[in-house]
Amino acid sequence: MTGGRQSRGIELAGLTKSYGDVPAVRGLDLAIAPGETVALLGPNGAGKSTTIDMLLGLSRPDSGTVSVFGAPPAEAVRSGWVGGMLQAGSPPDLLTVREFVTLIASYYPHPLLVDDVLRATGAGELAQRRTTKLSGGQAQRARFAAALVGNPDLLVLDEPTSGIDVEGRHEFWKVMRGFAAQGKTVVFATHYLEEADAFADRVVLIARGRVVADGPATEIKAKAGPRSVRATLPHVDVGSLRALPGVVGVERHGDAVVLSCSDADVALASLFARFPEARDVEASGGRLEEAFLELTAAASDRCSEEAAR
Amino acid sequence: MSGATHVRYEILRTFRNRRALLVTLALPLVLYYSIAGGNRHATTAGISFPLYFMTGMAAYGAMWATVSTGGHLAIDRSRGWARQLRVTPLRPRTEMVAKVLAAYLVALPALALVFLAGATLGVSLGAAQWAEMTGLLLVGLVPFILMGLILGHLVPGDALVPAVGGLVVLFALFGGALGSFFNSGAMLAFVKLLPSFWLAQAGKAALLLGDWPTEGWAVVAAWTVVLVPLAMVAYQRDTARA
Repeated sequence: MTGGRQSRGIELAGLTKSYGDVPAVRGLDLAIAPGETVALLGPNGAGKSTTIDMLLGLSRPDSGTVSVFGAPPAEAVRSGWVGGMLQAGSPPDLLTVREFVTLIASYYPHPLLVDDVLRATGAGELAQRRTTKLSGGQAQRARFAAALVGNPDLLVLDEPTSGIDVEGRHEFWKVMRGFAAQGKTVVFATHYLEEADAFADRVVLIARGRVVADGPATEIKAKAGPRSVRATLPHVDVGSLRALPGVVGVERHGDAVVLSCSDADVALASLFARFPEARDVEASGGRLEEAFLELTAAASDRCSEEAAR
Repeated sequence: MSGATHVRYEILRTFRNRRALLVTLALPLVLYYSIAGGNRHATTAGISFPLYFMTGMAAYGAMWATVSTGGHLAIDRSRGWARQLRVTPLRPRTEMVAKVLAAYLVALPALALVFLAGATLGVSLGAAQWAEMTGLLLVGLVPFILMGLILGHLVPGDALVPAVGGLVVLFALFGGALGSFFNSGAMLAFVKLLPSFWLAQAGKAALLLGDWPTEGWAVVAAWTVVLVPLAMVAYQRDTARA
């Protein structure tokens, strides 16, 4: 691969796509740098799969452009720069797992060794088994091996671990990390929040066909609006607590107070400075799940407002 | 990247599909022995009945072999494999070549078995006649290979068997592979426009005329010219969907 191509990364600009009257993607912009591992996170029907189809050249956007390492997606795929693991992409029938992975390897200009990949993905023991005689988890390992064996620069995975147990997911991401560590670009769609949080450098939250948040998982969490700080603090009046920097709301429950914060770090610091007697202090960082619900709900509100207009 | 592996595995898959292969190879033989066996001394259209019926069964068996092999694409589609292939560097042309070769490789043993069955019932031809009959059959199969591929792109996997069966029986029946039912007038003019008519005539042409008449070549060519773009449209439509 040439340095020039690699430096181009992936660009999705102004993408829209409708199926009949139903808009699936409505103005999506996203730039991905080479070597990044990016999660496309969103509820079902958010437009993740449609976006992935356009990224892979499987469907043509109604408007907007897709560029993969400086080339149109179809050309990138033809050149062997791209590996994909589609949601419903079962291996062909009448082949063994080894034959299936060997077949995929034969399409690529610089494939990895089939045996190495089978071993790494835990599909080694399945090598002689027919593709139609696999459990869900086994089929997923075979498909994963097939996605890696072409040694592509960009790996695109559409909900790669759906229907897989926790242990299987863990194994999957361990191998995936090793692959990404070689400077590969990885884009995966998921609706498992913890997966996006744990494995992506960057989480792109998609709702109603648009990007509603984009950044490291921690940044997305911070966007979840006020976090709360809880403390045991009798005999302090609510008004003086509300006046603390970083605090936007206060509730009292007997001896305990709950502060809603615009900036929890500032709020904690000022709380300890003014009221050193505060005990049992607990800060609950907005969890990704809350951020997710909040941000996607905000997007739906905007959409219904637009629809009402 | 040469595509050789793809072609090899496509053929491997075709020959591993044991049950489909068994039906394809056995059905014409069963029909041939049960019908020609009892009429081995009869004469039809100026030739011995076993020879006459052998040419029909060769056409029928070869049609079945090519349409059902191309139609296996419907299974690839329903499994999502056809779509998965779209995100690999495999060229559509390689895919097409592999399907056509696989279809011919099933048609060849189907033909050979029917010819052997004919020989056991006393059919005896010169080498040139066998070769010419086989050659005309292989050319006449081109529209059926294309029809198999189109069917594979259009029908869902679970509708494949009735679709293949229906298409082959209709073409075989009207084309005269199961017996000539339309021998005059408008119906004859119509059935002469079917590629299966000329497929069924391949044997007789080799025996009596030495070749298809121009009309035969024209019909097969016209079907091919129409079906190639249709197959390409079906392929693209399939790719664009979802």
